[in-house]
Amino acid sequence: MREFWALVRRDLVLARRQGSAATSVAVFFILTVTLFPLGVGPESALLGRIASGVIWVAALLATMLSLDRLYQGDYEDGSLDLIALSPLPLELVSLAKTLAHWLTTGLLLVLLSPLLGVLMQLEGSAYLTLVAAMALGTPSLSLFGSIGAALTVGMKRGGVLVSLLVIPLFIPVLIFGVGAVGAAADGLSQRPHLLILGAIFMFSLVLSPVASAAALRLNLE
Amino acid sequence: MARGRPVRPQQNNGMDLVDEFFRMGGYAAYIWPAFGVTAALLIGLFVRSRLALKTDQKTLDILQQARRDQRASAGTAKTESDA
Amino acid sequence: MANMHRFANPARFTRISNALLPWLTGATVAFFGIGLYLGLFVSPPDYQQGDSVRIMYVHVPAATLASGVYAVMAIASAIALIWRHPLADIAAKSSAPIGAVFTLIALVTGALWGQPTWGTWWVWDARLTSVLIMLFLYLGYMGLWEAFDDDRRAAKAAAILALVGAVNLPIIKFSVEWWNTLHQPASIIRADGPTIHPDLLIPLALMWGGFLCFFAVVLIIRMQREIVARRIHALQTLYVASDGHAVA
Repeated sequence: MREFWALVRRDLVLARRQGSAATSVAVFFILTVTLFPLGVGPESALLGRIASGVIWVAALLATMLSLDRLYQGDYEDGSLDLIALSPLPLELVSLAKTLAHWLTTGLLLVLLSPLLGVLMQLEGSAYLTLVAAMALGTPSLSLFGSIGAALTVGMKRGGVLVSLLVIPLFIPVLIFGVGAVGAAADGLSQRPHLLILGAIFMFSLVLSPVASAAALRLNLE
Repeated sequence: MARGRPVRPQQNNGMDLVDEFFRMGGYAAYIWPAFGVTAALLIGLFVRSRLALKTDQKTLDILQQARRDQRASAGTAKTESDA
Repeated sequence: MANMHRFANPARFTRISNALLPWLTGATVAFFGIGLYLGLFVSPPDYQQGDSVRIMYVHVPAATLASGVYAVMAIASAIALIWRHPLADIAAKSSAPIGAVFTLIALVTGALWGQPTWGTWWVWDARLTSVLIMLFLYLGYMGLWEAFDDDRRAAKAAAILALVGAVNLPIIKFSVEWWNTLHQPASIIRADGPTIHPDLLIPLALMWGGFLCFFAVVLIIRMQREIVARRIHALQTLYVASDGHAVA
């Protein structure tokens, strides 16, 4: 267990040193959302209606673009091989790195989402749900993303392929994430959607370490 | 000739049926391309797959023949058994 | 399971599949021939959609078999990972392009069916959306095979992806269904709904059979090709090693 947290800490320290990574996620997220009012016009009613969809899609894209950082860096300088040799099972290695990834990506998106809600004229009743749904959904995005990243680690042009691989996995999170916020905005119950998001999270929590470890084992041999 | 009642010249009853068939009740523009694209994709996939098989089969035959020739000439020079 | 390894020998597979091929090809032609005749000539037009309902005879089998082929791919991948059956990953790899073609057919015919029915070339109904996502799954799978230089690594990575996709498919389909009812309570292409007329069922079943046999035929051809390609690769490596200079 100690090695687990040590790995998380290590990744966080590394991310901090390369400061630009987390910042670029935040910047991308904000910029993407900002483009929509410019594109579709400033009319509040329209923006409000598409707000949750836009914010969630931007979150998905931001996560996708950041997946590169998950294993690639360590693979390239050989640290991944060393980490794989440690007593920590590869499944937990993957989980630790994914956790660190979420803390520097997903968590950021969760915290920024209310701000973007304001930009998109999101209905007042939906803000709390937005944060909750994001908090439940973004970990799943990191977990699913880890599978794609692990399968393509070491590939030169892996980036494009990763997007294609993870998009189908992201879609349920997108649908229910938007569903939750939409329900809250309409005054309906958001509980079923949040529960399903929770279920998807549990599911990804089991699937991701297993699949990612299998893929990493494959690519490291 | 009766007025107000258009008389259609009955030329070829058979051709009218075929005509009706191709018109597909007005939906021809959708139905025929749909079946056409389906046929094109299926036949295309079949042909490509078969072509790849035949081409590779030929390459394999050439390689195997070359190997046999190589072994034959090597066999006359040495007396070691084949792996 | 012991029986399965009788077919593990690629040469034996080639012999047996060659024996089956003419029958399967004949069955494909027969199913399609009779199915098309009944579907285009004999079966009645729909009272609402008119003759355009005939597109169902290619759209529905393609769409349902697109899922079916994915299931075959997933099962083959599981067998490849668990029992390391040598033909399993070849079967999975060979199935993918066929499944992808089926999804393409479903999407194009769906659009051609949708335009006269709803006046729009694309509609985000549950089935079409699921098929579109499935196309992405197929393309990703095929892309992964191509991205690796080493065939054995590619096989394992692709198998992992296929299984991940398979376990996620029910979730994806469920969320798309839910998403669709939320946004569009309007009618979906209910060719398989309660209104299906028995006169429509027989051509539909025949076309379904045609697509299925087509899958079997092309699967065999592609698997045979893959086996030959691997033997070529093995020979080329051998040739270089024993001779010291490369084969032309």
